[in-house]
Amino acid sequence: MKDISCKLLVIGAGPGGYVCAIRAGQLGIDTVIVEAAKPGGTCLNVGCIPSKALIHAAEEFEKAKLWAGSDDPLGISVKEPALDFGRTIGWKDSIVGRLNSGVAGLLKKARVKYVQGRARFRDGKTVEVETEIGQQIIRAENVVIATGSAPVELPSLPFAGQVISSTEALSLKSVPQKLAVVGGGYIGLELGTAFAKLGAKVTIVEALPRILAQYDAELVRPVSKRLAALGIDVLVGAKAKGMSSKGDALLVETVEGKDRKIAADKVLVTVGRRPVTEGWGLEEIDLDMNGRFIRIDDRCRTSMRGIYAIGDVTGEPMLAHRAMAQGEMVAEIVAGHRRSWDKRAIPAICFTDPELVTAGLSPDEAKAQGEIKIGQFPFSANGRAMTRQGEDGFVRVVARADNHLVLGIQAVGQGVSELSAAFGLALEMGARLEDIAGTIHAHPTQGEAFQEAALKALGLALHA
Amino acid sequence: MGEHVIRLPDVGEGVAEAELVEWHVKVGDMVREDAVLAAVMTDKATVEIPSPVEGEILWLGAEIGETVAIGSPIVRLKVAGEGNVGQGDVAQSDGGERDAAVKPQAAPEPPAQPRVPAAAVQKPATPAVVESRKEAAVAPTRPSGVLGSTGAPRKEGEKPLASPAVRLRAREAGIDLRQVPGSGPAGRIGHDDLDAFIARGPQAGKVSGLARNDKVDEIKVVGLRRKIAEKMQLAKARIPHITYVEEVDVTALEELRAGLNKQKPAGGVGTERPKLTLLPFLMRAMVRAIAEQPQLNALYDDDAGIIRQYGGVHIGIAAQTANGLVVPVVKHAEALDLWESGAELNRLAEAAKSGTATREELSGSTITITSLGAMGGVVTTPVINYPEVAIIGVNKMMVRPMWDGSQFVPRKMMNLSSSFDHRVIDGWDAAVFVQRIKALLETPAMIFVEG
Repeated sequence: MKDISCKLLVIGAGPGGYVCAIRAGQLGIDTVIVEAAKPGGTCLNVGCIPSKALIHAAEEFEKAKLWAGSDDPLGISVKEPALDFGRTIGWKDSIVGRLNSGVAGLLKKARVKYVQGRARFRDGKTVEVETEIGQQIIRAENVVIATGSAPVELPSLPFAGQVISSTEALSLKSVPQKLAVVGGGYIGLELGTAFAKLGAKVTIVEALPRILAQYDAELVRPVSKRLAALGIDVLVGAKAKGMSSKGDALLVETVEGKDRKIAADKVLVTVGRRPVTEGWGLEEIDLDMNGRFIRIDDRCRTSMRGIYAIGDVTGEPMLAHRAMAQGEMVAEIVAGHRRSWDKRAIPAICFTDPELVTAGLSPDEAKAQGEIKIGQFPFSANGRAMTRQGEDGFVRVVARADNHLVLGIQAVGQGVSELSAAFGLALEMGARLEDIAGTIHAHPTQGEAFQEAALKALGLALHA
Repeated sequence: MGEHVIRLPDVGEGVAEAELVEWHVKVGDMVREDAVLAAVMTDKATVEIPSPVEGEILWLGAEIGETVAIGSPIVRLKVAGEGNVGQGDVAQSDGGERDAAVKPQAAPEPPAQPRVPAAAVQKPATPAVVESRKEAAVAPTRPSGVLGSTGAPRKEGEKPLASPAVRLRAREAGIDLRQVPGSGPAGRIGHDDLDAFIARGPQAGKVSGLARNDKVDEIKVVGLRRKIAEKMQLAKARIPHITYVEEVDVTALEELRAGLNKQKPAGGVGTERPKLTLLPFLMRAMVRAIAEQPQLNALYDDDAGIIRQYGGVHIGIAAQTANGLVVPVVKHAEALDLWESGAELNRLAEAAKSGTATREELSGSTITITSLGAMGGVVTTPVINYPEVAIIGVNKMMVRPMWDGSQFVPRKMMNLSSSFDHRVIDGWDAAVFVQRIKALLETPAMIFVEG
């Protein structure tokens, strides 16, 4: 096969890689992107998108079950709902499929050459790709490593058979009757909640003393409350030790030190994600590392000239939107523009029930920098939240005490993921409390809670 | 209740006007009799104006830096009893007097100028000429706080605050936002701040810790500083200076001086002698040289075209004070011996430093010595004390290797940098004068040998 020479080679077509390639193509850079699986990466194929599809389906089904009960306050009643899970998965797959072809189309439109296959560095300028039709050599002036991350495996619970990762959980043939989730982080909680709503008996096993440990307790409280209401067992401080000999139960050492068997036909392990630093020839180019991750500077440059790295392979937070922003930046740098990483906030969302959003500094992080003011407004005082039957939760604004510069915003509540846009903008624009308080927020929306929280921090709350 | 007008008193012989340099009171103050109201400055001396009565200040007639004619009203007081003016005729009489006094010199100016504050209308006694000058001084107001607020943009370690659009523009322009001050809320950097930063041009080699300082302080040139400025300008504008530098071997003079200073006074109690510096010797040498060249001890009235040669040698000694340069004068140096010269010098220097020198002590010189002592440098180009015709500058004394015909020997050498008014002093005469002083100083005995 004839060798390819290009200005930019992107390894991995996840959200970081494909965004990088599209922008580079738009900027007239001769770009090639290599992907072993389907375009879109973890996010689109086995992560963000399919999980949200499943979560949506689960919410809808749960509503129907609620209406089938006798005392729905809205007065809606239905017959016992039934779930054709195969169709649910089919619907989810169709969304993924549409997005796959969407990304492929965008790459094509940007004149990016798409090479299907597994890439491997031969040296800093040369990559060989194992394609279906043989080996393809690609020489590139610049290479972007966007190999992403993969679920972490527990030695005691290797992925096989009943023990599944999030990837398999999103493509199950049927809803498991009993699901044990190892790891009470956002992935485990999102999927665990969804399967509980779909009818599974879910137990969550978390080794740390509480779930969603990186968030403050106040923020997590509505989530815990909802988990309990859904009948999900949450075991904190508990260690997963392995499968029972019969393979029908998870063995757990509880916080009291007792062994416990949790009956499960599926065990979902969501104890984190690791950067994919193997299988593509890292050893050939010997890049400086930052722990498990590839070390990068504020322009995503690695220790080798002409080689960039973006996305999950470069470190926390492992979020698609971070990778996308990095990818876009690197494309522009390769095009000769002056760019460097100067983002103030990378909002993060847990699509739990209720949803949880954080942007910027937490109250504790902010406190470490100096005196702060906090304004917190509950959804129980928000009209729109009431009409949505979602009164749990709040919006919290953290600002500097001296000049009221907003340092961080957190929210928990139904549908608050969409507020992340406002939160991110406020932080990125360097808003002060007065800016948020002085912006008209449309009524009746949950967004009003954001304005009210800012007003409250200023001591001027109207509805609290 | 009556009104008492205080006019600027005659503060010295032949002085027609004085500059107001300080107010000790403001409108509304209650003053007692003999309380100091203001300070005015004539050519060299500052005079305090006491209040002759007790009362409340109603009006002040001049601003600091204004020149006020002798006899002009400067303060109005509300006093118990009659006062010295009838209520009705205050404005009229003052106004009439002002007109008469000012008209000949004042340029024809429109009476009402937009910039003159309304209050000025109620100050009938302020001469119009002064008013217009004040306006000129006020007009170039400092460009407001825009530049004044720049300095270190923000505290160390604090990130610059700017919207993504501003950040992008800065990045593309190659500007480090950490160096850009932000004028927005919470120090946010806006597009305007970026524009202003770009307009200021490229930053030469920025080193962290060193901050630009764009502060401009306006300092009004008033009082002594203005006098000095005017005098210097006059001297340099009118007098074509010729400066002549000669080195003087003062080894012998220094030995003599050290010997004299070591010697206990013979007279016992009450005749304590001051330590002699080099200046009394120089003064004596100048007196000797002037006896041979009296044209150097003169004032040249260039307007009248007359040179006034003085019999008495009145030596001005340029002295640095906290406020600036003043020149106290040793009168009739020809009649003072070495010790008397030294004593008078010390007394005047002290008076000048403490500000107690009188106008008489600060004027009337016919020739001047300028010395910066240990700071004297190698050469100076002294400015003649107008309307004098000569000034002798003393440079720093230092040990230098000198050739004595067979070898280098260390000698105490000192330069004299002297300027002369070349209109009336020829270079030859200047050289002869300095050479004479040099000869006298190098063989100090000659200073004291009569005939």
